[in-house]
Amino acid sequence: MDFLVFQYPMITVQACLDGILLGVLFALIAYGMALQWGVMNIINIAQGDLVILGGYIAYFMYLYGIHPAWGVIVAPVIMYFVGIAIYKLVINKVVDRDLFISILATFGISILFMQLMNFAFGADVVLANSGYGTTMLFDSNVVLPNSKIFSAFISILFAACLVIYMKKSKLGRAIRATAQNARAAKILGVDTEKVYAATFGINAALCGVAGALISITFTIHPYMGLPYTIRSFMIVIVAGLGNLPGVAMSGMGLGVFEEFADYILGTEFRIGSVFLLLVLILVYRRFKLSRKREYLK
Amino acid sequence: MNKNNLILYSGILIFGLAAPFLFPAFKVQLSILCVLIVLATTWNIQGGEMGYNSFGNILFYGLGMYLCASVQVGMFFPLAEWTESGGEKTFVHTPTQFFQGMAVGLIVAAVVPTIVAGLIGYSILGLRGHYFAICTLGLGVAAGEISGGIEIIGAGQGFTTPPFPDVGSLEARGEFFYFLSFFTLILTFIAVRSIYSTRFKLILNAIRDNEDKAEAMGIETMKYKIIGWMISAFFCGLAGGIMGGLVGYIDSTDVAFDGREMGVFMVLMAILGGKGTLWGPIIGATIFHIFKEGFWTFFLGWQYVALGVLIVVIVIYFPEGIMGWLREKYPERFGEVVDEKDRKAQVELK
Repeated sequence: MDFLVFQYPMITVQACLDGILLGVLFALIAYGMALQWGVMNIINIAQGDLVILGGYIAYFMYLYGIHPAWGVIVAPVIMYFVGIAIYKLVINKVVDRDLFISILATFGISILFMQLMNFAFGADVVLANSGYGTTMLFDSNVVLPNSKIFSAFISILFAACLVIYMKKSKLGRAIRATAQNARAAKILGVDTEKVYAATFGINAALCGVAGALISITFTIHPYMGLPYTIRSFMIVIVAGLGNLPGVAMSGMGLGVFEEFADYILGTEFRIGSVFLLLVLILVYRRFKLSRKREYLK
Repeated sequence: MNKNNLILYSGILIFGLAAPFLFPAFKVQLSILCVLIVLATTWNIQGGEMGYNSFGNILFYGLGMYLCASVQVGMFFPLAEWTESGGEKTFVHTPTQFFQGMAVGLIVAAVVPTIVAGLIGYSILGLRGHYFAICTLGLGVAAGEISGGIEIIGAGQGFTTPPFPDVGSLEARGEFFYFLSFFTLILTFIAVRSIYSTRFKLILNAIRDNEDKAEAMGIETMKYKIIGWMISAFFCGLAGGIMGGLVGYIDSTDVAFDGREMGVFMVLMAILGGKGTLWGPIIGATIFHIFKEGFWTFFLGWQYVALGVLIVVIVIYFPEGIMGWLREKYPERFGEVVDEKDRKAQVELK
């Protein structure tokens, strides 16, 4: 199988383009994770389940005859409030506690969401058909669904809007201040509780956008959340917190890696290779840092 | 060992030996309870005592499960044909073959995960805190996904473990597995108890409290971390092997490498009972198992919802666990010397 990739360069081109378009989506989810990790110091295992929930919102619009692309507008609005609700109920009690506590608590939320979605939407693999058709490149050797191009475009648009919002708006400034030093921000009159809630809401909204796009381009299933969490975690640790170009680049890199793993190893090992890559990256960084007698913090 | 302890232990031993005859309908449940206690207690060695919270002990559990069943089949029949036929009637283990296979299988199931833990330990245990947690989570899920793609152990369609041979009594299967898991539990308890009374436990606690300082004191932390993880892996593999035979069917992601269920259960049970205590995981596992079975029986379908809520509630409102709560309430019983003035001052502060 592996020589196929080299004998037919078109497959390589196809895999690369697919991977990049997919990676932009991953980068969007990872951006949300980097945001809340940086601001609240929480690793949200339920990230992937928020994505899937966003996807189901778009899917339901599709079922009721509305074009699923509108989900890109509707899903983040709903997800913002879902995020605020999760924050108020659970996250605000674990913000300043041990990180393991927050991991376990969000793991609980993840299981809860998985099962609730399973009840509400059924255990079928679904997708919202956008009817966008496909684009052929290189004498129709490379096939790109327009929905993928659309989703990559929308992701970049949302990410750009958010970056500008974080730079210019008052809330954005408050969020950045809290990320730098929560205590100092509090002294200077920033309501950190509100900032945390808003951050978690924005993160959930980003997940909603990504989910809606995923339901258009790929498929969604209630139990497919965890791989998205792991992917975004991986992207963030490779890029580092607060390194936006890094997040975009490593997101695309991960997308390309996955497409090649899919071609070379076979689809059944796709998710497994993502998780193994995570382990390898962590181990690599651990060895690199241990030479300086440091460890990942 | 003082008099009270002797009475307690012999009471538990007698109850354990008599239980399958007193409650014949609950034999399987009691066996699962024994396995759960083994898992929680050994998770506690590196999760509670060493402070390395792992979601990945499920790796050793699943590995042990697959290894035990594969050895048990592979010793007498071609493994590939067995998994292909789903363990149909063409291959039947005689009682001797079954028990021989089980014995060798359990030894392999315990030893190989221990070696694996030793091999990967140096790389993985260099990570700390949440990186370790996420890395082990990834390890467990990756193992499940990959074993789901390997043909010879049944890939996605699963692996039927050898059915219990006909030895003339219908009750034999339940009793066999009950006593197997009960004796594993006793073995684990004795092992863990003797570990906890040595310097080794103090070293683990030192690593938990401040690893850098422990290293500065001249303790080779990495060595002890790996040994701690290997002990965990040994018993996890053993428990997995038994559980595989008990369930009778192995699926890569739903039974063996079931990070969503068993992988979280062992963490949850240890936390519920109280991390870093000898009895905490045992109490936690018992309460959790009773709760779980009740819920699984009466609210079928809602069990994962309940599980999710339970995790959140325990983690947020009860992170110290039952033993931690008792310790705060009755510190004298735990051998802590309390100054009466100190306590009064604390009450006033509250």
